[in-house]
Amino acid sequence: MVSRDYIRRREQRTGWLLMLPALLVLLLVYAFPILRAFWLSFFTENLSTNLEPVFSGLDNYGLMVGDGRFWQSMRNTAVFTLFTLFFELGLGLIIALALDQAFRGRGLARTIAILPWALPTALIALAWRWIFNTEFGVWNDMLMRLHLIGNPVNWLGEPFWAMVAVIAADVWKTTSFVAILLLAGLQSISQDLYEAHALDGASPWQSFRQITLPLIAPQIVITMLFRFAQSFGIFDLIQVMTGGGPGGATETVSIYIYAAVMRYLDFGYGAALVTVTFLVLVAVVALSWLYISRLRAKTE
Amino acid sequence: MAKLELQNLAKAYSRDIVPVKQLNLVVEDNEFLTLVGPSGCGKSTILRLIAGLDQPTEGRVMIGDRDVSPLPPGDRNIAMVFQSYALYPHMTVRDNVASGLKLRHLPAGDIQKRVQEVSGVLGLDPLLDRKPAKLSGGQRQRVALARALVRNPDVFLLDEPLSNLDALLREQVRADLKQIFADQKSPIVYVTHDQTEAMTLSTKVAVLNNGYLQQLGHPHDIYKTPANRFVASFIGSPQMNLVTLSRTGNTVTLSDFTIPLPIGIQAASVVLGIRPEHLRLPREGDAHTVSGQVFLVENLGMHDLVSLRVQGDPTLTLRALLPADAAWSRENLQLALPPESIHWFDGDTEQRLTT
Repeated sequence: MVSRDYIRRREQRTGWLLMLPALLVLLLVYAFPILRAFWLSFFTENLSTNLEPVFSGLDNYGLMVGDGRFWQSMRNTAVFTLFTLFFELGLGLIIALALDQAFRGRGLARTIAILPWALPTALIALAWRWIFNTEFGVWNDMLMRLHLIGNPVNWLGEPFWAMVAVIAADVWKTTSFVAILLLAGLQSISQDLYEAHALDGASPWQSFRQITLPLIAPQIVITMLFRFAQSFGIFDLIQVMTGGGPGGATETVSIYIYAAVMRYLDFGYGAALVTVTFLVLVAVVALSWLYISRLRAKTE
Repeated sequence: MAKLELQNLAKAYSRDIVPVKQLNLVVEDNEFLTLVGPSGCGKSTILRLIAGLDQPTEGRVMIGDRDVSPLPPGDRNIAMVFQSYALYPHMTVRDNVASGLKLRHLPAGDIQKRVQEVSGVLGLDPLLDRKPAKLSGGQRQRVALARALVRNPDVFLLDEPLSNLDALLREQVRADLKQIFADQKSPIVYVTHDQTEAMTLSTKVAVLNNGYLQQLGHPHDIYKTPANRFVASFIGSPQMNLVTLSRTGNTVTLSDFTIPLPIGIQAASVVLGIRPEHLRLPREGDAHTVSGQVFLVENLGMHDLVSLRVQGDPTLTLRALLPADAAWSRENLQLALPPESIHWFDGDTEQRLTT
């Protein structure tokens, strides 16, 4: 006689065995590097120690508190993330609503919309660097032909405009992707609901507020989360367009970490920077996740 | 209250796709009109035209003396029950039902009162704070009904409201619907492809095919005197036997059997129609009988649906509904065709020939 307990234990064992390979890979690829970086952040390992790890406790974190360049990069990252997220969501929603309408050539429009996102970021960054080039850039040429500026402006050389330029480039590249994610949400809303709402006496704006927005709220939050994680870790676009310049005006945390490790060979400090960035990211994602689950509980 | 009137209503999506052609219809107060027809006959399009969800290519929709054709759906004071129910998934039952009243800015007290009234009638009280996802199919259906009833609209539209329910529940809800709408003053337009619903619920049935109105009348009249071959074949279950016959003088021959034509029929070719429930075992004095070999018996409980090949012409089959307890021979079944139950249609125009 086989007891029920025995069968359950056997099934659990099989379950763990089946998950083991995946768990091992995850451990090796994700957990190990994270823990390794965390461990390394308690050591000083740079040119002054001949690249030998020397235990230094919380020294790296202490340095970070007084490191203006670190705070500057954090601020830049926050500004970049906030503005790209705002514009990408806003414009993405407008484009998604447009693409959700029935019109001739909708399939073509949808395909074209996704193109900017499908192109390699490094290429796009190069293109935008040329667009904003002082002497040969299309942007200066256009503005001068329209008599909006008298002399060519060095867009990527001005701290403020450089930030605007990288934000614009990122918005151009990623808005379409956001639009496609939101479009998927819009398409899951049955047309019947809008028709029933119209018969109930709702205006299109009321339907947007009372039907569309609440029903795509989960997609909006997930898209935001996704875009937040990507924007927060932005590297390639800015590295190619401005290299973090001018004078650190567009230097984000990722670029600073890259510089600390690859240029200054300060591995311990770089590891501490990675750890802090990682924790900030985890905290934001966890908070959002909590919010989403509450939202879900509300709609079900 | 207000009557609903469709004047020369037509809808064309393109030159070849014309779901509604020149429709004229009046639905008075207290009338329950059912639009019935096969898929693609234009019945749902008509409903959408009345609701204002689609714009007609021609013609007008009148409610009372008001031409509502140019008005958006929300200004027509029409309530519609969708086949999918179209409940707002993120709102509670209460908010779903109240939605139309809130959008019309009724005082909160009135809204609460009316929601309560309707929810009482439909037995929704224990469900008011639930979301649609937590309801069964029948409950969702009742919420959709409540959302329409609570509005006191000038016209009710129902688009196949029972088609998503299982057979048993459908029968029960059908009976409930009949009671609920018996108390309503406003015209009701109901769309279905189910002729049982059409027959049981309506005071008036409109049979549609290919965008044209085939017949409009009381369910009883439509069953009793179908206006043409299409209506005859569409209304009634099991389907009416329809046989195209060639005529010789004032008689037609049904294989080996001769049947006289009623006086006054001029048509060159005729179609004889007789419902399976009107074919019966012969009694003494029956003038017209046919016989043949039974090749299929379907047991329907109270009746047997018997299919037979008419003697002398194996391609000619008839179906008859016979009492389950009757005794008959499979090899040579004799059936009587009572003359008063025979329908005659013109073989070319397919229109009814006798009245």
